[in-house]
Parts: sequence; C-alpha cells; structure tokens
Amino acid sequence: MSWIHVMVLTPFIFATIVPYLYKKFNQKIHTGWFVFFIPVFIFAYLITFIPEISGGNTFMKILPWLPSYNIDFAIYMDGLSLIFALLIAGIGALVVLYSIYYMSKDREALHNFYVYLLMFMGAMLGLVFSDNIFVLYVFWEMTSVSSFLLIAYWYEREKSKYGAQKSMLITVFGGLAMLAGLIMLAMMSDTYSIREMLTSHNLEAITSNTLFLPAMILILLGAFTKSAQFPFSIWLPDAMEAPTPISAYLHSATMVKAGIYLVARLTPIFGGTGEWFWIVTGVGLVTLLYGSVNAVRQTDLKALLAYSTISQLGLIMSLLGMGSGALYFGYGDESFIYATAIFAAIFHLVNHSTFKGCLFMVVGIIDHETGTRDLRKLGGLMHLMPISFTLMIIGGFSMAGLPPFNGFLSKELFFTATLQAANMSIFNLANLGFVIPVIAWVASIFTFIYSMILVFKTFRGKHRFVRVDKPVHEAPFGMLISPLILAILVVAIFFFPNLFSKYFLLPAWEGVLPSLAQAGELSIKLSPWHGWTPELIMTLGVVGLGILMYLYIRKWYRIYNYYPQALTLNTIYNFSLENMEVLSKKATNKYMTGFIRDYLVYIFAFIVVIVGGVFWTFGGFTFDVSQDADINIYEAGLVIAMIISAVTVLFSKSRLTSILAIGALGFLVSFFFVLFRAPDLALTQLVVETVTTVLFLLCFYHLPELRKEIGKIPFKMTNAIISIGVGVIITVVALSAKGTRLFDSISSYYENSYELAGAKNIVNAILVDFRGIDTMLEILVLTMAGLGVYTLIKLRMARRDKNEGAE
Amino acid sequence: MKEPNDVLIRSVSKVAVVIIFTFAINLFISGHHYPGGGFIGGLAFSSAVVLLFLTFNIETVRKNFPVDFKVIAALGVLIAVLTGVGAMLLGVPFLTQAFDYFNLPIFGKTELATAVLFDIGVALAVIGTSLTIIMSIGDDR
Repeated sequence: MSWIHVMVLTPFIFATIVPYLYKKFNQKIHTGWFVFFIPVFIFAYLITFIPEISGGNTFMKILPWLPSYNIDFAIYMDGLSLIFALLIAGIGALVVLYSIYYMSKDREALHNFYVYLLMFMGAMLGLVFSDNIFVLYVFWEMTSVSSFLLIAYWYEREKSKYGAQKSMLITVFGGLAMLAGLIMLAMMSDTYSIREMLTSHNLEAITSNTLFLPAMILILLGAFTKSAQFPFSIWLPDAMEAPTPISAYLHSATMVKAGIYLVARLTPIFGGTGEWFWIVTGVGLVTLLYGSVNAVRQTDLKALLAYSTISQLGLIMSLLGMGSGALYFGYGDESFIYATAIFAAIFHLVNHSTFKGCLFMVVGIIDHETGTRDLRKLGGLMHLMPISFTLMIIGGFSMAGLPPFNGFLSKELFFTATLQAANMSIFNLANLGFVIPVIAWVASIFTFIYSMILVFKTFRGKHRFVRVDKPVHEAPFGMLISPLILAILVVAIFFFPNLFSKYFLLPAWEGVLPSLAQAGELSIKLSPWHGWTPELIMTLGVVGLGILMYLYIRKWYRIYNYYPQALTLNTIYNFSLENMEVLSKKATNKYMTGFIRDYLVYIFAFIVVIVGGVFWTFGGFTFDVSQDADINIYEAGLVIAMIISAVTVLFSKSRLTSILAIGALGFLVSFFFVLFRAPDLALTQLVVETVTTVLFLLCFYHLPELRKEIGKIPFKMTNAIISIGVGVIITVVALSAKGTRLFDSISSYYENSYELAGAKNIVNAILVDFRGIDTMLEILVLTMAGLGVYTLIKLRMARRDKNEGAE
Repeated sequence: MKEPNDVLIRSVSKVAVVIIFTFAINLFISGHHYPGGGFIGGLAFSSAVVLLFLTFNIETVRKNFPVDFKVIAALGVLIAVLTGVGAMLLGVPFLTQAFDYFNLPIFGKTELATAVLFDIGVALAVIGTSLTIIMSIGDDR
C-alpha cells in the first residue's frame, strides 16, 4: 500500500463521516467547507509528482487484493493519468467551493450531495490510476452509479428521475460491453494489466488474434457511451437536471472524459489499424457536427452547454482517432507529424475543462440570480452582472476559438491535424480524406454561432425579467471565485502555452504513445502567430461566416423545423423503453401467477429436469448394498411410522391434521439422527420442528378452509408426474451418493478439532471456526429474510389500514 | 389471537418456560465441547418465548420483553462480523478464531475462546430473526 492508494481511497473514507459532520455542524458551517479540503489536499499532493513525471518517470504501485485471481489494485501513474487526476482534483476543489454558495445549507440535503460527490471523486481517481482492467471496470461503473445518484439528486422531480435512468441505462450498457471487451483483451494477451499488454510480445498476440476487432468494438462502445458520442449522446442533455456544480464537474469536465481517457490509454494497443482510425475519427466527427448543429437551436442555457459539450467531446475523440494513425508509420518522422493530433487532443481536453467549467458556473450564477435559464426570457444582464458578463465572454470566446484565449490555440492545432489527416496516404484517406477538414470547418462555424448566442443573447438586448419579486444583481463574491480562477487559466494558458505544455501536456502525450516517446521527442512550439497558414485562413472563414450567420439567424433558423420529430434519437429511445416495459410485463405476468402452487411446480420441475438430466447423461446411478449394515427393528419401525404420517398428510380432511402429521414426520426424522448418533443434528431438528409447527399453528388462524381440490385431469396429472418425479430423483440421488466417491473424504481434517480449535464438538467447531465465514453469511441471510417477512407483513397491514381509513 | 383461558397450560408454561430458558443457555454454553451451540441455543430460547405467546397474549409478552427483535438480529450479525474484523486488526486473516487456557479464581483452569463471541452473534441473530418473523405473523390480524 502506497500513499497514492491512500489518496484514491481518501474521498471514500471521508464520505462516511460527512453525514455526521452535516448533522453536527450544518447549523453553523456549510458542510462543503469540510469537503473542500479533500480535493485541495489531493491536488497539492499530486502537484509534487510533476517534476518526476515531466522528467519522464512513471510509477507503478501494487496493492494485492485478490492475489489468487491475479487481481491487484495496481496503480500506474504517468503523464496521462496525472493530468486527468489534476483535473479531477483541481476542478473538484473549485466546484466544491462554488457549491458552498450555490447549494443552500438550510434547504438542501447536503449530506447526500457531498457523499455522492466524494464517491464520484474517488471513483474517478481510481479509474485513471488503475492498471488492472477489472479494478478499472469497478471504478468505471462506480462513476456511472454516482452520476446516477447526482442527476437524481432532486429526486422528487419527474425529469430528474427520467434523466438519471437514461444516463444509467446507456452508460451501464456501454460499461458491460466494455467489460466483455476487456475480458477478450485479457484472453488474447493472458494478462490483466494494461501495462503488460503493451509489451511487444503481447501486443503481437493481440493484433494477430481474431478477437481483435470484436474487442475493439466492445471497448469503444463503453468509451462512446460514457463520453456521450453519437448516437449515445442523448443522455447528456437530460443529465443537466443535476445541480449546476455537478453539471460543471461530472458532465463537462471529468466523467464524460473517462471515455476519452480509455481511448487514449488503449491507443497503443489498437492504434495504427484502419478500423480504429475510421471508427474513432468518424464517430468523433459526426458527434462534433451533430452536437454543434443541435446546440444552436437550444433555448435552455444548460441544454445549449450540454450539446456544446457533446460536440467538443466529439472533437477530442476525432483528434485521438487521427493521431492513432501515427502508430502505423513506426518511428519515422511522419509518425511525429501525425502524433501532433494526440497532443492537440490532450491540449483541447484541458482547455475544454477550463472554459466549459467557467461557462457552466456562470450559467449557474444566472440561474441562481434570475431564476431562469431560458434564453427567450433572458437578456440585458450586461449592466447588472458585469463580472459574470466578462467571465462569460472569456469562456465563450475561448470556446469559439478566438484569441487571446486558450481555445484558439487548440482549435488551430485541430485544423492542422485535420489537414494532415486528409493528406495521409493510408486507410483509403486519399479518396475520403478531404471530408475530415470540411466537417471540422462546418462544425466550427456552428460552434462559433452558439458561443455568440450564449454570450450575447443572455447579456445584451432588452431587459426581459421574469422574476420581479427580487432585484437582479451580481452574484456574491464566493460564487465568482471559482469561475474567475478558471477564466484566469483560460487566458494564462494562451500566453504561456509552452511552459504549460512542457510540464503537463508533453508528459501526457508520452503516456498515450509510450513507444514513440522512447524513439524521440515531439518538438512542438505553440505560439499565437504562425504566419498566413491554411489554419488561420480557416479560422478567419469561421469567424466571418459565423458572424454573418449569427446576425441573420432568423432567416435560416426555420430549417430546423423541417427535421421530422419522429426520427429524433430521443423518440426512438422513449419508444423502445416503453415497448420493452410492456413486453417484459407481459412475459412476467405469464408465469408470475401469484399462486405459490405454480411456483412450486416451476421449482420442482426444474429440479427433476436438471438433476435427472445430469444423472441420465452421465450415468450417475449406482446402487451398492454390499457394505450396508443390517436394518434393526428401531429403524424399520421409524420408517413405517414416517410412511404412515406422510400418507396421512395426503388423505387428511382437515388442515390441523395435516400440520400435525407434518410435524410428526419431522420429529421422526430427528429420531433417526439419534439412532445414527448425531446429537447436534437431532437437537437442531427437534427445535426447528417445534418452532415451525408452532408457526404453522399461528398462521392457521388466517388460512382459508381446506377444501378438496377438484381439478381437471391434466392438472392432476401434471402434479402427479412432478411429485413422483421429485420423489424418484431424490431417492436415486440418496442411493447413489453412497456408492459414488469422486473425492477423498475431507472429514479427517476436522477430527483434530480439539488441537486446532480447542473444541471437542466437531460440528460446532466447523460452524464457528473452520467454516466461520459460511455461518456469518448464513446468519446475515437469515436476518435479511426475517426483515423481509417483517416488511411484507407490515406493508400489507399498513395498506389495509389505509384502505379502511378511506372507506 | 383469541385470549386463551386455559388454567392448565398457564400453570405448566410458567414453570416450563424457566426450564426451557435455562436449558437454552446450557445448550449455548456447552456447545464448545458437547452438543449445542449458538444456533440451537438461540432457537430453544425463541421456542420458550413462543410458548409464552401461545399461553398469554402477544401484548403481555411484548410488555415483558420490551426489546425490538429486529435490532437484536442486526446486533447479532454485527457482533459476528466484528469478531472477524477484530482478527484482521491483529494481522491475521478475517474470522480467525483463537483460544487459550486460563486460571480463573473460582472456575480453576478454564478455556476461553473467541469462538464463543462469534457464537453469541449467531445466537442473537437467530433469536432476533425467528421472533421477528413469529411476532409479525402472530400480530397480523
């Protein structure tokens, strides 16, 4: 166990005490202040790794977890995981600070909020540091779960529940696909460690395997669902029902980038093949276009930001796809040219987190102060909220790709990458390559337009306030700190890009392409002015056309109405969800009849088929009487008595007689235990029999009159066949058990119970010592069953009382 | 449940319940070396309480046993788990049990085993669960 492990686990441990802190101090101090220190400490701790990591070192720390299954909590830290972790902790700290002012301490259930938030933070940190694929998967799903909880934070709202369910269904579907893909990878390479998969020997085994393509597609399904790529993007706009700090943190800065992280992390394994290049680039570009075109038509500020996030994620994804082409060329100069795209992806990922986080927080401020996020109701806020306006301009212009903000630099790099990709000579790019820069350019125009809408529709124009009961004014200073810090970063990165690149971006680039990094260094000089390059001309085109289209938006806005509503992804999702519910309800109603008799029929029929089937196919029946002891008179008498009481149950006319006869049968079995010298079993059987008989008598009062079942012949025949079948099968199993011996007896080990456990009673020593964990789980199950019975009965009574009250 | 009005069963069970309780505790303690143990002891204990239910009504019993049996069950599981965790704190695998012999003032040389603590958990879980079930069913009118 190392300090990095402790760091990953700290949010989880702290989450357990948050409810107590809330209970104790929330009257006076906002719970967020306590939580705030966790990401700050983590951030400060992570900073200390920067010199080592930027010097080219990596760390691998292993904590054995399930060593017998080769599953270890292995932590691998390189530039890629470090930059993600810094984002998680850094933005996390800012978001918690922001939430202290955003979430009212008197009205909101803060303990829930911060527990989920910390759970997410820990899961996300674990995700980016895990080297073992199964540990990675566990953290991956934990982020989905905490995201679900946070979206449904205001769970009394119908839309929150809908959004939470949608995100859960889609991301967990992807997560399961990813698990299958990861298992395939493990089968091909014979290791669970991502690091070990990258050794040239294993890499060869993976690429030459027939499972290569299925594994790639399954893993990409996971990445695409998480990172809201087309057509799985529909969950992200609905996730905006979460409180705004959460939207800023999970649904723009960190969680949705988990898919990007995975694609980047696995690029050395899958990259360099045509399939990977085209799937990742293609899906990324389609998402980029889809998101930006749809963002323009949104009227809710957060929905607009959600679509813009989808679009930006698509941009980063397509860059990773284009950069993966570098691996095709080995270690030549060409590969370094194409690897620039990977660098651009990381650069834009960081930039997006800064400006989008800032924008979300400003939108949250607007929502908080005016009570609406609807663009049709907003306008003219410029004079009332000057600081927010400035922040919005910085974030919005950075998103649009304008100088002097960091978005400009990464947008230029993106254009460079698309132009280079179009000139690649591989993967059929000579014919189709020109599409890439065209899509990128068109999407950028729309990006420009929605950025302008965001900034100017909200802050310019006439006053149109809905909330009149309260004067609208600038947000409290505490709420402005976090977006202010992000905005400063947005500008600072523009002016010192190379410093930033040396310590953060290049190490991360080396993490994505370790083999290239060993061959040489990526020499890249970032500067705002490159001369009259094609990229700059593209940007000028974007700005020019963007301004024109923004000014004349009313003229062409109508084209959106031509798109048929029935064909949207949301309609398809809702339609299939409804139908699945109806279908499964129908199927369930078919066999869940509510009669315990039917359920017993299923269970017994299943036993007959499975056990009988196994006996039949493997010829398990043996019958050996040679070693049997003689039957003495007590045993014969007991058997006769048991048969009599069993038959009595069948033919008795009253329920009381049946209950007593079953009880008698149980007691007779316990006599058998006495005869065979098993006092513990006999005692247990006796007491259990007593208690169940009494229980039966207690229920007796409620049971309906026993009446003769007058069923049809087929009904009786089914019952007869099943009961005879079960009887025969159990008898056969009992008889054969004695004659068959597949393994040596293990009882000799327990004979030493006095030396090993200090107990003369072997049975009890087994129960509490040798197999203690079994007993522990048994009593746990027992208690849960007891609580289940209690709940069922109490619920029924409560409902009955309510009905009586209503009448 | 109707009010039972049987003098005979009342008189007998007043005596019998005490005997069963004693027997239950005996069963529990002797479990380490002789037949018995937490499960049987717990069940025998519950059966005595059930006898009280049958003889007197459920309200009388509840008044004399003013405990929530759900809590007892949960407590039992908690004790069982904690004895396991206790082993971990001492650096041995989860649920490792230990025993040793001590010279106690009155009892003389006596064996003390951590397994008994675990068994207490088992007994409490069994008592709590069985009585929770029986009381909720008996209550349901």
